[in-house]
Amino acid sequence: MNAPVASLPLLHVADLSLEFRTRSGTVFALENIAFSLNKGEMLGIVGESGSGKSVLAYSMLGISDGAARVTAGTAMFGGADLLKASEHELREIRGREVSMIFQSPRTALNPIRKVGHQIEDVLKRHAAVRGVDLRERAIDCLKRVRIPDPARRYDAYPFELSGGMCQRILIALALACQPSLLIADEPTTGLDVTTQAAIMELLSSLAAEQNMASILITHDLALAAQYCDRIAVMHAGHLIECGPAEEVLNAPHHPYTRRLIASTPHTAPSIAAMSPIPGNLPDLRRSDLPPCRYAGRCERFEAACNAAPLPEFAITPHHTVRCWNAE
Amino acid sequence: MNTKHLRYVLKENPITAVAFSVFSLFVLMAIFGPLIAPFDPLDSNAGPALSPPTWHNPFGTDSFGRDILSRVIVATRLDFGIALAAVLLSFVIGSAFGCAAGFWGGWFDRISSRLADTIMAFPLFVLAMGVVAALGNTVGNVIYATALINLPFYLRVARAESNVRREAGFVEAARLAGNHDLRILAVHIFPNILPPMMVQVSLNMGWAILNAAGLSFIGLGVRPPMPEWGIMVAEGASYIISGEWWVALFPGAVLMLAVFCFNLLGDGLRDLIDPRRRT
Amino acid sequence: MNTPLLRVERLVKHFKVGRNAMLHAVDDISLDIAPGESVGLVGESGCGKSTLSRVLARLIDADSGHIHFHDGAQESDLAASPAARFARHAQRGVVQMVFQDANDSLNPRYLAQDTIAEPLRLLVGMKDAAAIKARVEELAGWVGLPTELLGRYPHQLSGGQKARVGIARALASSPRLLILDEPTAALDVSVQATVLQLLADLKARLGLSYLFVSHDLNVVRLLCDRVVVMYLGKVVEQGPAQEVFAHPHHPYTQMLVAAIPDPHRKGQPAQIMQGEARSPINPDPRACRFHGRCPHGEPRCELHTVSLREVAPQHLAACHLLED
Repeated sequence: MNAPVASLPLLHVADLSLEFRTRSGTVFALENIAFSLNKGEMLGIVGESGSGKSVLAYSMLGISDGAARVTAGTAMFGGADLLKASEHELREIRGREVSMIFQSPRTALNPIRKVGHQIEDVLKRHAAVRGVDLRERAIDCLKRVRIPDPARRYDAYPFELSGGMCQRILIALALACQPSLLIADEPTTGLDVTTQAAIMELLSSLAAEQNMASILITHDLALAAQYCDRIAVMHAGHLIECGPAEEVLNAPHHPYTRRLIASTPHTAPSIAAMSPIPGNLPDLRRSDLPPCRYAGRCERFEAACNAAPLPEFAITPHHTVRCWNAE
Repeated sequence: MNTKHLRYVLKENPITAVAFSVFSLFVLMAIFGPLIAPFDPLDSNAGPALSPPTWHNPFGTDSFGRDILSRVIVATRLDFGIALAAVLLSFVIGSAFGCAAGFWGGWFDRISSRLADTIMAFPLFVLAMGVVAALGNTVGNVIYATALINLPFYLRVARAESNVRREAGFVEAARLAGNHDLRILAVHIFPNILPPMMVQVSLNMGWAILNAAGLSFIGLGVRPPMPEWGIMVAEGASYIISGEWWVALFPGAVLMLAVFCFNLLGDGLRDLIDPRRRT
Repeated sequence: MNTPLLRVERLVKHFKVGRNAMLHAVDDISLDIAPGESVGLVGESGCGKSTLSRVLARLIDADSGHIHFHDGAQESDLAASPAARFARHAQRGVVQMVFQDANDSLNPRYLAQDTIAEPLRLLVGMKDAAAIKARVEELAGWVGLPTELLGRYPHQLSGGQKARVGIARALASSPRLLILDEPTAALDVSVQATVLQLLADLKARLGLSYLFVSHDLNVVRLLCDRVVVMYLGKVVEQGPAQEVFAHPHHPYTQMLVAAIPDPHRKGQPAQIMQGEARSPINPDPRACRFHGRCPHGEPRCELHTVSLREVAPQHLAACHLLED
């Protein structure tokens, strides 16, 4: 993949902060998130559970939980701020400009309708296709995601298909109207490694064909490193490092990123060499959270780390890290 | 379960707290009824016959001159007693059978389910009349009839819950730990199906009270002069037209309150029993 | 004398799925597990590894075959006793299992200490409450579970803590073989690392053997001495773990290894398995089960199968192409 094109980014998120109002307190789920995505680029958002990566994705499309409140920030997409758009405007964008696919593909499909009809729904809604064309277009969509025997699969119900097939159908649904941005939230978790490879291969080739930008949300660093142009690492609601995939993997600067890489089975040379990250994620409901939420577990912690808000240092023009003590 | 959890549940759910207090009031009435009633429920000189509510007789008196308030208070014990007995009986038998049927499946499951279906086909009143006609018009037989009619509910809920948990990982793990089937059923599965059943129990109590009252309304089971809400409504029904509204209204209102209170209690009970709700 | 701890001989398990349809979940599988050895069992979903692990754990019965268990002077065929009664068998404690979803495998109404104490009561026969408590705390210490967490319910524990409770429970009866069914699949990466290190440590300390069922090949490569690759009910390749991953011989194993996410392979076209797997229902006994998806398919692959042959020391694979 080429280096990012030096033009206006497709999606530009700045200073995004989001919280959840719950009965047991306010959860400060995201704080000061900033990243941008260029056309045709694949960005990997990597983090553990509880890091806020899914929350971030949902907030782009306005499908966050009812208790979520965006307290600051903008997400500029095609000249409009997604975070301030009305529900009506968002409905026009979803499926047409920005699409999303999720984990557990079979549960994302309506179990009592044929898959072909479900694709037709999307086409009817956004592409204003009618009548006989509808079936043809739907079968075309199935062909595009390389489903064997698409005419027969058109009439299938989700329970008749394997997990990998269902995910392909979801990709077909998501791409039916040729969006400019696809968000994939853990699309291959739970699938076999061979199916995972096939799905990722499909996603990257379709993205290249349509010059579509994509965001891959995953906990698998190696997967992100193989397929993404850039990687953003999240921890406890903060985006702590962002840069080209090879750089982040081979020369990580944030202590958390280093630890994450060291504890991944893929990159560890032996069990003994794996260094797990000590401690736990901080409770995000506390109002006295320190500026750096990794401080409690960091081996490079110093008193100065808690004194000021999290900085942002540019190691190179494309690689930023948010740490006072980056290596 | 401890008092801390109890207080937490009551604090989180004000409606449960209200239902719980009303319920406690009823329980007190059931236990101490005869002691706190101002008059003897069978005393026909409590006041002039058919007199409207006054300070002397807050709920008025009936056609025999008996104080209605006292009768309502004392009736609590009988109504609750019948309902409790019937519900307990159907709960214990129904859930045991249902749990086993859901776990083992096969012919046992098939036969129990068809039996349950057959019972459900009968309206309560028809069944109760049948039982009474066959075995005699006693309170005991009415309890058995009510228990029988409630059985299928518990059987079905228990069966469904047990069926789901049969595949659960902890059941396999229990086998690995040396539990044979019967022990798994009794120690692992049954306690886990209790929370969903608690809602059923509470709703059922409300319904059972209503049934007990309804059956005695038509003359089955409890007979005059025993004070019982259903009978009292029956006795008062004929007086509504002539304007003596209090004879039927007060027992009817208290009956309604009791059923309502049990319905509200259902969710609260489940929260109390289910450890997952404990923080 | 190198008698294996467990010798699985020609195990078969078919499921009836229709009037004339049998699903061949496990088809004539044999494998050995030596004392103190860690064997990885890999394959895609539907290959039969879960069924095999449950047969070996004696949760279900095999249709035919033997499970020879040899420990010191004792020798017995575990398959001879029916699964329905195995819970009370004298040897129930020698083979234990750790489950994938720790959340699902813990009774939500049992405190952690009760979960761990149960096999002590039922399998080891301990009765004295104080002795049980001491042993539970010892086991908790082995798995790195702080004692104050023993009095908690599962929903009050984190994913990693629940996993530890599951492991402590499995160790309670002092088993010789632990079957681990994807024990870290549901865990976060950092927690996974801790649990894997724990498993490696316990194996060394207690001399346990492991049968590690997983589809995460990196974990298998790190933790296992040998690996067995299954496809649609049959073993297609087996051998030392590092060797099999470095030099896979069977086409399926090659695809499996090629599919592992590798940042160094960026931009190169991936080798993708085409088509759908053959049906495990009433499979053609003559054809190779991988035929149709195999990039090297030949006409003879449909005419007769090939059994495992040695392609390198200790390393076996079953494929026509290897015979040439």
